[in-house]
Amino acid sequence: MEPKVLSSFDEAVGDIPDGASILLGGFGPGTAHNLMAALHRQGARDLTLIANTTSPGGGAPQGIVTGTTLVAERRVRKVVLAFTASTHPSRRSPLEGLNEAGEIEAELVPQGTLAERIRAGGAGIPAFYTPTGVGTEVAEGKEHRVFNGRTYILEQAITADYAFVRAWRADEFGNLVYRLSQRNFNPLMAAAARCTIAEVEEIVPIGSIDPDHVHTPGIYVQRIVKIGADDVLHTSFGPSSVTGSATRRA
Amino acid sequence: MKKARLTRDMMAARLAAEFQDGWIVNLGVGMPTLCSDFIPAERTVILHSENGVIGYGRIATVAEAGPYIVNAGLQPVLLRPFASIMHHADGFGVIRAGRLHVGVLGAYEAAMNGDFANWKTAGRKGGGIGGAMDIAACAQRVFILMDHTQRTGEPRLLRRCTLPITAAGVVTLVMTDLGLFEPKGDHFRLREVAPGFTLDEVQALTDAPVVAAPDLREVQV
Repeated sequence: MEPKVLSSFDEAVGDIPDGASILLGGFGPGTAHNLMAALHRQGARDLTLIANTTSPGGGAPQGIVTGTTLVAERRVRKVVLAFTASTHPSRRSPLEGLNEAGEIEAELVPQGTLAERIRAGGAGIPAFYTPTGVGTEVAEGKEHRVFNGRTYILEQAITADYAFVRAWRADEFGNLVYRLSQRNFNPLMAAAARCTIAEVEEIVPIGSIDPDHVHTPGIYVQRIVKIGADDVLHTSFGPSSVTGSATRRA
Repeated sequence: MKKARLTRDMMAARLAAEFQDGWIVNLGVGMPTLCSDFIPAERTVILHSENGVIGYGRIATVAEAGPYIVNAGLQPVLLRPFASIMHHADGFGVIRAGRLHVGVLGAYEAAMNGDFANWKTAGRKGGGIGGAMDIAACAQRVFILMDHTQRTGEPRLLRRCTLPITAAGVVTLVMTDLGLFEPKGDHFRLREVAPGFTLDEVQALTDAPVVAAPDLREVQV
């Protein structure tokens, strides 16, 4: 087996080609900020990004690369998100402007449907029915079907070329453990990508994690990078969600 | 009592009084999160967040809560002793399976037929659905917490929503700064009114017909 532990984020994202699709984990905690920064340096274009939002909290702390950074640099062809515009009319993102100009494809998906589409992708299920969105714009053009007197719409699974996940601890086999709400989309995305790259705070020897305590089995994880002294460790977002702070490891 | 529109805290407190012991409750981003400060002490209410957090408590600082735990509004929160964590798909499985006793959501508009709109503003492309459509479609009850009128004075309680809706015919209760309302199909029933306000005054600020409940009283919090 190829060793999974790599020494740098740049190495971990080095082979991502133009046109790749990437699942981005995170919901505040659990966001792989360092892999995003490396992807930004790497230069890949024409990307498809699938995430809850490309602007966690509406805006990122200074110096933090998010999906919105790549969108603003026009390196993204398509996004699949639960937020393509802010619910606050006064806040506009680069994504909104490009979407209005027709220069990016922006698919807006209810968050639970997004999570389940990714889960289905990782579970080998091509599509599923959900009641979410029936009677709204989201249901337009989709197959409707009645089960036990209730109407549902058909939603299709999502898989991708890569997933960027952030965990608390990994072993050298790639088994992952998350801390609290760091988990969010990460286990779903790890299972739905052909190549999952994890950034973690700690890498321990194989056998150190109780099998019962593994959240993402290592069979879903192809590459692991430890967060280093100068890397982003945590971000937090203030109540205004526009300003925030990032802490580095050192 | 002095005539006054209800404050945000009063609105949140009145709605939180509806939460029953043992209920699983989801509080949407914005004003609904205030409800967590007013849950009656003798009742155990289990707060659920879409990101897979079951049993969170009060909103805290990062210093108190640590960097690993937030609610759906990305606010750091403390956990209750009975808390548990699941992933995002399971967080929504709880919602879709109908286990939420109530979802409390903010809105731009609510209509007398039980529709409401909260994800897309007029004239914009795209929007922010977040978890609202799942909660709206699947919770056992949907409570709306919002200001009665827009900043410009136009009504938000309408005959029909003008904005793209979040879900059709799902709203159970609407709490505004003028009172507590129930959508009844062809009108809103006014169950409780802000102190000092009359039915006519409320009607003048509402697009849809408003009918007083037989036992109409002032909001008490």
